[in-house]
Amino acid sequence: MAAAVRAAECGVRVGIVDDNASLGGQIWRSGSEGGQPKEAVGWAERLRTAGVTALCSMRIFDQPEATVLLAEGTDDVHELRCENLVLATGARERFLPFPGWTLPNVMGAGGLQAMVKCGLPMRGKRVVVAGTGPLLLAVAACLRQHGAEIPLICEQASWGNLARFSLSLLGQSLLGPYGKLIQGLRLTAELGGTPFAANSWPLAAHGRQTLESVTVSRGGKSETIRCDYLACGFHLVSNIELPLLLGCQIQNGCVQVDDLQRTTVPKVLCAGEPTGIGGVELSIVEGQIAGLAAAGRATEARKLFGERERARRFASILDRTFRLRPELTSLPAPETIVCRCEDVPYSRLRQHTSWRAAKLHTRCGMGPCQGRVCGPATQFLLKWNPASVRPPIFPARVESLAAFADGPAPEHNQVTGGI
Amino acid sequence: MLSPVTLMVNGSPVAVPAGTTVAVAVVAAGQACRTSVSGEPRGPLCGMGTCFECRVAINGKPHCRSCQILCEPGMEVRTD
Repeated sequence: MAAAVRAAECGVRVGIVDDNASLGGQIWRSGSEGGQPKEAVGWAERLRTAGVTALCSMRIFDQPEATVLLAEGTDDVHELRCENLVLATGARERFLPFPGWTLPNVMGAGGLQAMVKCGLPMRGKRVVVAGTGPLLLAVAACLRQHGAEIPLICEQASWGNLARFSLSLLGQSLLGPYGKLIQGLRLTAELGGTPFAANSWPLAAHGRQTLESVTVSRGGKSETIRCDYLACGFHLVSNIELPLLLGCQIQNGCVQVDDLQRTTVPKVLCAGEPTGIGGVELSIVEGQIAGLAAAGRATEARKLFGERERARRFASILDRTFRLRPELTSLPAPETIVCRCEDVPYSRLRQHTSWRAAKLHTRCGMGPCQGRVCGPATQFLLKWNPASVRPPIFPARVESLAAFADGPAPEHNQVTGGI
Repeated sequence: MLSPVTLMVNGSPVAVPAGTTVAVAVVAAGQACRTSVSGEPRGPLCGMGTCFECRVAINGKPHCRSCQILCEPGMEVRTD
């Protein structure tokens, strides 16, 4: 949104393509009760005023030639042509398998929060929150606001790491904006009394048709907790499928960009989580830099470098604090399903030495999610590197794939933009 | 307060507040979204359209990611 606004305010014709029904990604997901943060509303206003075209419920699945992208909507398909492209594909949660993780009502932490924002009732429900990352606290606070009871928050990071994290947040806010400190204090107030355990992780989820209880490791001992939902996610991984498809250089799972957020592909820029997980403030300033750079306003873009530098410091702290501990590699049992699309258990995957071999022999990664869930899991468990994509990067209807097979789109299906 | 939306989930009516997604309607009705290749019941995992565990048939159209779709009056949702 930030990139689109800054470019459009420079007079460039801008369109946004978003897979979701409304703009704002995961962090500003609006739900059945509205209630978006003021900042989100502000950017949305500027977007409308600047005349940005919003193409929602649409996903890009292929790039048949250099300046053309194919996007599938709910019932149609579009050919998109543009001069400059800013990729802001965001991030998704990392899921790690453990016995029982495929039971209904075991969801991601952000996953359950998204469902709650879209109307899932929480009043009187017991939810265990587990995994790692600052998202856990934000999710717990949201769930409590909606009336859920949280018997325990299980964070796999150590107390030492968390203490250092808090101190550096304090340090950051003394030097810069008070944002993070206030956020932290507010969260503490909202969560007052919610049991929190560091050095803690899920061992197993139990239930017949749906989740009934969770066993967690806490202080070296295991504890079983009755619950209705398990909100479990292990921090975030960048969505780099579209950048990969376009040929952008990737390093350590992130899109490589220069100081103007330009990728290694001419006229393709990238901002936000795909360039490195860093949170919303960093994404917004990177987005602005990318939008200005795409509009040819490098000088104005450079004015934001200081703000980006400050936001980046938080990003590197995040990384260190929530690194996954090696004990988590022993979570899955041999029969634990790792590839949920094709029901491939851990024991079958361990027989192979690479992602590619496992894919060919077991179909792991060939299902609808195309490795978005099992990829990061196997990367952590088995040190595999599943870094290549083939179009379509999202499942697409046959009619969409065939639509432009015989030449350019009929005019009403063409959308041309300036960015 | 916006008026509730009534849709059909596996033949039974379910009433939800406007702005609710189909995935939420299915989960709140206590049903699984799909059955896996080896027969396990499955529900939404990621809540954001990337895991495909929430896929259901809506008005006859299969493989719809229900976490990304808002409930509409009279919708016919069928799980596996």
